Amino acid sequence: MTKAAIARISLDDLSRNFKEVEPALTKQEAIEEANRCLYCYDAPCIQACPTGIDIPTFIKKIASGNLKGSATTIMSANPVGASCARVCPTEELCEGACVLNSSTKPIMIGNLQRYATDWAIQNNQVLFKAGKKNGKKVAVVGGGPAGLSAARELAILGYDVTIFEADEQAGGLNTYGIVSFRLPKEISYWEVEQVKSLDVEIRTNTRVGEDISVEEMMREFDSIVLAIGMGQVPMLGVEGEDLEGVYDAIQFVKDTKTKPILNDLIGKRVVVIGAGNTAIDGATCSVRLGAENVKILYRRTIEEMTAYDFEYEFAKQDGVEFRWLTAPKRIIGDENGRVAAIECIKMQLGEPGADGRRSPIPIEGSEFIIKVDAVIKAIGQSRYTSLIEKFGLEHNGGVVKIDLNSFQTSNEKVFACGDVVFGKGQGEAMVVTAAQQGKLTAHAIHRQFSESMAEATGNQ
Amino acid sequence: MADLRINLAGIESPNPFWLASAPPTNSGYQVQRAFEAGWGGAVWKTLGDPILNVTSRFAAVSFNGQKVAGFNNIELITDRPLEINLKEIYETKKKFPNHAIIASLMVEPQQEKWHEIVKRVEDVGVDGLELNFGCPHGMAERGMGSASGQVPSLVEKQTYWVKEVAQTPVIVKLTPNITDITVTAEAAVQGGADAISMINTINSLAGVDIDTWNTIPHVGGKGAHGGYCGPAVKPIALHMVGECARNPRINIPISGIGGISNWQNAVEFLLMGATGVQVCTAAMHHGFRIVEDMIEGLNHYLDDKGIASVMDIVGKSVPKYSDWGDLDLNYKIVARINNDVCINCNKCHIACEDTSHQCIDMLKDENGRSILRVREEDCVGCNLCSIVCPVDGAIDMVEIPSELPPMTWNERQAAVGAIACGVDSVKK
Repeated sequence: MTKAAIARISLDDLSRNFKEVEPALTKQEAIEEANRCLYCYDAPCIQACPTGIDIPTFIKKIASGNLKGSATTIMSANPVGASCARVCPTEELCEGACVLNSSTKPIMIGNLQRYATDWAIQNNQVLFKAGKKNGKKVAVVGGGPAGLSAARELAILGYDVTIFEADEQAGGLNTYGIVSFRLPKEISYWEVEQVKSLDVEIRTNTRVGEDISVEEMMREFDSIVLAIGMGQVPMLGVEGEDLEGVYDAIQFVKDTKTKPILNDLIGKRVVVIGAGNTAIDGATCSVRLGAENVKILYRRTIEEMTAYDFEYEFAKQDGVEFRWLTAPKRIIGDENGRVAAIECIKMQLGEPGADGRRSPIPIEGSEFIIKVDAVIKAIGQSRYTSLIEKFGLEHNGGVVKIDLNSFQTSNEKVFACGDVVFGKGQGEAMVVTAAQQGKLTAHAIHRQFSESMAEATGNQ
Repeated sequence: MADLRINLAGIESPNPFWLASAPPTNSGYQVQRAFEAGWGGAVWKTLGDPILNVTSRFAAVSFNGQKVAGFNNIELITDRPLEINLKEIYETKKKFPNHAIIASLMVEPQQEKWHEIVKRVEDVGVDGLELNFGCPHGMAERGMGSASGQVPSLVEKQTYWVKEVAQTPVIVKLTPNITDITVTAEAAVQGGADAISMINTINSLAGVDIDTWNTIPHVGGKGAHGGYCGPAVKPIALHMVGECARNPRINIPISGIGGISNWQNAVEFLLMGATGVQVCTAAMHHGFRIVEDMIEGLNHYLDDKGIASVMDIVGKSVPKYSDWGDLDLNYKIVARINNDVCINCNKCHIACEDTSHQCIDMLKDENGRSILRVREEDCVGCNLCSIVCPVDGAIDMVEIPSELPPMTWNERQAAVGAIACGVDSVKK
């Protein structure tokens, strides 16, 4: 671990390590930065934002001191805009498109978005009002970014909306899946409250298919939005996976956001399997829990890594080591059934596979052993296939098939958005795209409803 | 949601934001786009006998990299035939019956010319008239615009002529290129004006190109003075609005103009006595869309303060605006530096040391760190240090309770005079 990383991490008070890393802009910084924005017309930053936030307008409103208006501009386009201010890969989206990249340096759009939404949070603002009820009932299954976004939009349009959330709190990934030092859960809670304030009922601790049957739901509601996201990390399929000290990265991160921070990783050696953003989260959480050495093992190379560049840089600054072209072969336990080591094998890249990425091939005889105390699995997420099948929806390996314009599934009453439709060539796995899909799904439901109303009146 | 509607001398508009008579209101296409964007009213670019224009026409002053701190133009009144403008005014008013359209007018100072144009524009359904006695360039050389606006008797006479025939409210737009604007404002009142608007642009030369030695702007190597506007002129405009608003002889509504770029600027003008505001430069810099934030920001401001109608804030700061002789000589504030916030640029020290009252000391604290401290007994409370300070919250100007009761210069002189008179009477 680098000295710089050690200096940033407190071993005396681990909870301090989970405080938000990026400092908020001061008022003066925000105003100076806001006034640097050119206020472009038909601005490329708007085009680059998946939710199409009118960025120059919200920035202009920061400059004029109209912070409520600024937050409203943000949140109306993106119901999870406070979270996105923190977790969006802005250099690939809005900031990457900023015209000032070609002259000076881009506007800090993400930080300004956070400044405006932080103001709304700190001042207990309620930004929207429920629309006049139109008598239609919609169930939203899953209270994550896509579900909240759909619910918010539907409530504004006058629908009677109920969210069914399996977890104790709504917010999904934003509440449980993104590390606290990037996104404190209070931010997600505020976004949930904004949706609740529109008379949206949120039934937490409620599993569809168990606590309420699919049939009942189909009977009770006019439309259903399936926004159930994805599940736990799948099995590696190697020996020793059930040893004590083997973690699911998603659960591992969730524990840091929901349970007291424990000292049991202090001084320990951790490996993380995988190199996506969740793997980075698992690794940086481990560093913050006091682990002495954290390695990320990835069977491909840096080229194929799916983690964002800024996440990769962040992990490196935390002292995380990367071992490319390295795959786990088996996890070795000690006499007490605890992880003691991991046997790995070196890989080389072969021909491109179906997804265009070069597939890794083991190099025979290259096995080696790394002594470790914990293994964190972060090789993707499993699908809630059985629930999808309970709804009787067509799917492709757990990826619900939808009409890409209407978000309608094979059942015309059921719409799907967010991670549940991501994969197999459909969609993108970002919070901001999930939010946009939620919005578009709501609009599609409304279109369907309005068309049926028009038909009904036409027939009279 | 506060009520943003205004009524300025009988002219109603859905909000106090009007576009000023200028390039943005040159045509029906533009004014309709503006109304669609949310502007509550528009003062149509000045009508009169069509003129010829030159190129180039505009120049702006950047200040330390900030574009359009000030703006200068040498464009004249409309260069389109009156009939076309009238047709477009008619169409625009028909499409937007609830928005205010005011026709800005400028003709030679002759009674029949004024009578004729007033009748023609009122025929197409304008909500009011604005007499352009302010344009300082070009037209002034022909005896119109500010040339007539600088002569109180001409202001009065021409206003009177217009009022002889006008059916709609008459606003007189005043030039700032005069020593005391209240004199021409009073002349407008005498002439029967229903309202006044201010300020028109200020005589200006935007710059000189130090390589070509040409003026900025120039027309084929030759320049002429233009009219200055934009954020730089706001304090001048605000002063003139305030002077008219507090003058009891100028008892008609004011339409505020001059560097208004956002809702906060607008609130300042309203507080200082304007019933509504007119905007040009900010729209020319950013487009009509700026009005969305102006409306929303004003709305939130009023809601936060629990004020039901924008008309309720008009003039609320006027009683606080007075003469120097009415200021309390015993009121005292001093500067206090918060060394926790201070970033040690020492700009306050050098400003005070060189150009004010030498009361900020550069010291070391017990740990040897640089600190700045005000000798409060020597501080005159001038504000300079806090003005040059680049960091929010590093310097506070704090009120020091006075041992003496409030006493203004005028009160003091009156008291001194009374004593002097007393002495005289004893001598007698």
